[in-house]
Amino acid sequence: MLREAHLSDKENIAIDVRDAVKRYGDFTALKKISLSIMDNEFFTLLGPSGCGKTTLLRMIAGFEDVTEGAIFLYGDEIENLPPNKRPVNTVFQNYALFPHMTILDNVAFGLEMRGASKADARTKAGEMLELVQLSQFSARKPSQLSGGQQQRVALARALAPQPKVLLLDEPLSALDLKLRKAMQLELKHLQRETGITFIFVTHDQEEALTMSDRIAVMSAGEMQQLGSPTDIYERPHNMFVADFIGETNLLEVSVDGIADGRATCHLGGGHELTCNAVDGIGVGSKVHMSIRPERLYMSAEPTASEGLHGRVKDNIFVGTDITTIVQLDEGPDFVVRTSNSDRGNKRIFEPGTEMFVNMERGAARLLAD
Amino acid sequence: MAAGAASGGSATTDTYKEARTWLLLPAWVTLCILILAPVLMMLVYSFLTKEFRGGVIWEFSLAAYDQFFFDRGLFGDDPPKIEWTYIAIFWRSIWQAGAATLLSLVIGFPTAYFIATRAENMRPVWVFLITIPYWVNLLIRTVSMKFLLRDQGPLNDFLINIGLIDSPLHIVNTNFAVQLGLFYSYLPFMVLPIYAAVERYNFNLSEAAADLYASKWTTLRRILLPAVKPGVIAGCILVFVPSMGSFLAPDLLGGAKNFMIGSLIEEQFKGNAGNWPFGAAASMILLTMVLIILMIFARQQAKAEKSGG
Amino acid sequence: MASTNFDIKTYPGFKAVTLLCLIVLYAPLVVVTIYSFNASQSLTNWEGISLRWYADVFSGPESSKFKEAAKNSFIIAIIAATVSTSIATLAATGMVRGGKFKLRTVSFGLISLPLMVPEIVTAVATLIFFNSIGFDRGIMTILLAHIAFCIPFAYLPISARMQGIEDSYEQAAQDLYATKRQAFTKILLPLMMPGIISGFLLAFIVSLDDFIITNFVKGAGVETLPTAIFGSVKQGIKPNIMAISTMLLGVSVVMVTISYFVSKKDNTK
Repeated sequence: MLREAHLSDKENIAIDVRDAVKRYGDFTALKKISLSIMDNEFFTLLGPSGCGKTTLLRMIAGFEDVTEGAIFLYGDEIENLPPNKRPVNTVFQNYALFPHMTILDNVAFGLEMRGASKADARTKAGEMLELVQLSQFSARKPSQLSGGQQQRVALARALAPQPKVLLLDEPLSALDLKLRKAMQLELKHLQRETGITFIFVTHDQEEALTMSDRIAVMSAGEMQQLGSPTDIYERPHNMFVADFIGETNLLEVSVDGIADGRATCHLGGGHELTCNAVDGIGVGSKVHMSIRPERLYMSAEPTASEGLHGRVKDNIFVGTDITTIVQLDEGPDFVVRTSNSDRGNKRIFEPGTEMFVNMERGAARLLAD
Repeated sequence: MAAGAASGGSATTDTYKEARTWLLLPAWVTLCILILAPVLMMLVYSFLTKEFRGGVIWEFSLAAYDQFFFDRGLFGDDPPKIEWTYIAIFWRSIWQAGAATLLSLVIGFPTAYFIATRAENMRPVWVFLITIPYWVNLLIRTVSMKFLLRDQGPLNDFLINIGLIDSPLHIVNTNFAVQLGLFYSYLPFMVLPIYAAVERYNFNLSEAAADLYASKWTTLRRILLPAVKPGVIAGCILVFVPSMGSFLAPDLLGGAKNFMIGSLIEEQFKGNAGNWPFGAAASMILLTMVLIILMIFARQQAKAEKSGG
Repeated sequence: MASTNFDIKTYPGFKAVTLLCLIVLYAPLVVVTIYSFNASQSLTNWEGISLRWYADVFSGPESSKFKEAAKNSFIIAIIAATVSTSIATLAATGMVRGGKFKLRTVSFGLISLPLMVPEIVTAVATLIFFNSIGFDRGIMTILLAHIAFCIPFAYLPISARMQGIEDSYEQAAQDLYATKRQAFTKILLPLMMPGIISGFLLAFIVSLDDFIITNFVKGAGVETLPTAIFGSVKQGIKPNIMAISTMLLGVSVVMVTISYFVSKKDNTK
């Protein structure tokens, strides 16, 4: 990102993680992570479970100590401060609402601990509850609320002391699909409204793409790629990112020749494709290629020079789309996705039919590993 | 999540890691001074010389252990023979405790099983019913048992009245009365671990066995019992160990003929016949036996856990 | 086997054994309770309902002995339960919230030592210990022995409770600017309260009921209810003993029942 140029800028960088390492005995949970999270950014740590994303979040919150490296919050080094001395608040995965306190007392807790009088804290807490539209429940206990309501209380509680950064640890994972979608929009909206930097942890790539300004994709304690949702979806750096984000056709190819920035790749079975050449991938290398299925289409005759001849194996109806599985002549299988709204322009073939698979320009990407 | 996996999935967390020593200190100090130090002091006393009116003389002596195992005649100068009196008392204690354990198992297993297969919300109620008597004073329970079983007691009255027997059954002061008393004292210790094991048992396994043509009793023997064996063994240990060292049931229900270790030890510290080093030595022997049993048990449990229990 | 019964979970006869088990457990207690209301002087004959033996306990020839014993019992039980519950609460926090440490297994072994060592051995050891350091036997020796002996009974429900409380509550409190001490007193302690009450009540009953250790470490002339009852019973069961037993039985049942309902109340949900 270009913003890296502002690294020294105390105002612009909310959280700056420098060479952070986390080890538990022999096990290394985080291997030298460095990243800068900008002020007023909706930033997401995305990865499968065990990738270290929650560990990183908990290190920022202060629940895990940092084995090596440093963490800065708006220029102040914080990795040695206890959690109660860090002006960051967390929305916990299971909400962790204090079960023996009312909703109002839960939201007032942080304000009270920061020295506000009981009355002031409650007034402020009441306003926060209004913001999340839960005023009428202020006297109830957490167990009397639904999951979605508890979620909003947790949010109100964490926002009430006006933290500099809000940490969210898979806060939507316990909600059902419909509620989750609604909360995604609400969270995004809340972030815009409050202007607080959000750091969001999730394993759900769709959620990450929907909400984030930037995403850090993590795996096995390492950062795989950092970028905007479009970057990560359209231009995955490596096989892990391509495979983890969305659905894709991952093909083993060998690079036959490179000319004018275009690489000619051999797919097996005599099929050839050209795509943008990538630095570090030379002629003769055997690498992977990623092609998103929605960027493929089928036709009876080849529409371009690169039409790949094959036979339809099966069509699977999945609501908004139809997924077609194509077997290329003596080559690999391809998955082609056709949107139902697009069926005026694009053809669907019956199983057994011979046809050509065509590709939008720029759809194929070579991956480093 | 990552953090959970990394902390080893154990039930402990480390919120109060720094304060740990201070939090545990009162318990350490109390238990070291009032339990551990006394047991060590008891070991020391068992090697001292007896004072005739109770207490000890601080002189090293093996007399207590010698008296336990060897008979050197009236004046102590005969060639040593094995002394059977005390070994017999220990043997009787083991036998009585074993019989009580078996009785508890025969009654306790079906009870635990029955409770564990009730509707989920009823199980705590049943467990509660079984454990209430345990929390009633052991002395009162034993006295009540004695009252019930006496020759002129309500049980004999009842049996004579309904014409089942003509003359009262003599139960009190028999081995059986002691076994019944021990059973009564420690039954919940048998029921609870078996209950816990059966509750965890996956009844699909029984269904699979039945599906493969096993009869109910074969299923019980070949499928259920092996699965709940750790619970059964735990129950047996928990009944056997306290039974062996019990004092009230043999003393009140057994009478003089059915002397057990507890009474033997108690006698050494009461009245003028007391011999403190001998009492301490007998206690040490009892404690050693119990600790050996517990260690074997702990090792077996650890093994069972490792083998995917 | 009942041919009509296809339920794989049910075994014929198990219900009967369970009922037999309950009868054996409750019959002695029920019989003693009933006979404590017997108007007759003799143990064997039933002569109608009366409270005379209860009156005898409070104003009969042995009443002063039993009142003194009851006073000792309750004072010792209250103090022993309070102290052992406090110690156990701190220890449970250290064990359950102290992370992994080398002495953890040793500490747990130490805490459960009173449960593993046969009671008569603990009694002998404690007597010998007090004797060896020249500590005169009396109420104080009983109290100290009870405090140590009650610790595991208080510890087990408290630590079980604490294991059921996720540490995210304390983390949330610290995240919201509470110090560790505040997180303990404002969050953890209230959540543990059912376990603490439960532990206290169990420790109280264990102290109130203890006979063997008390019998060894009590000084001459100092009696608690169990030792006084034992002394009486040695000369034969008398009706007034049944009245005392019934009252003590009532206290135990009430306390265990309270403990049961308190521990069932889950304030984390």
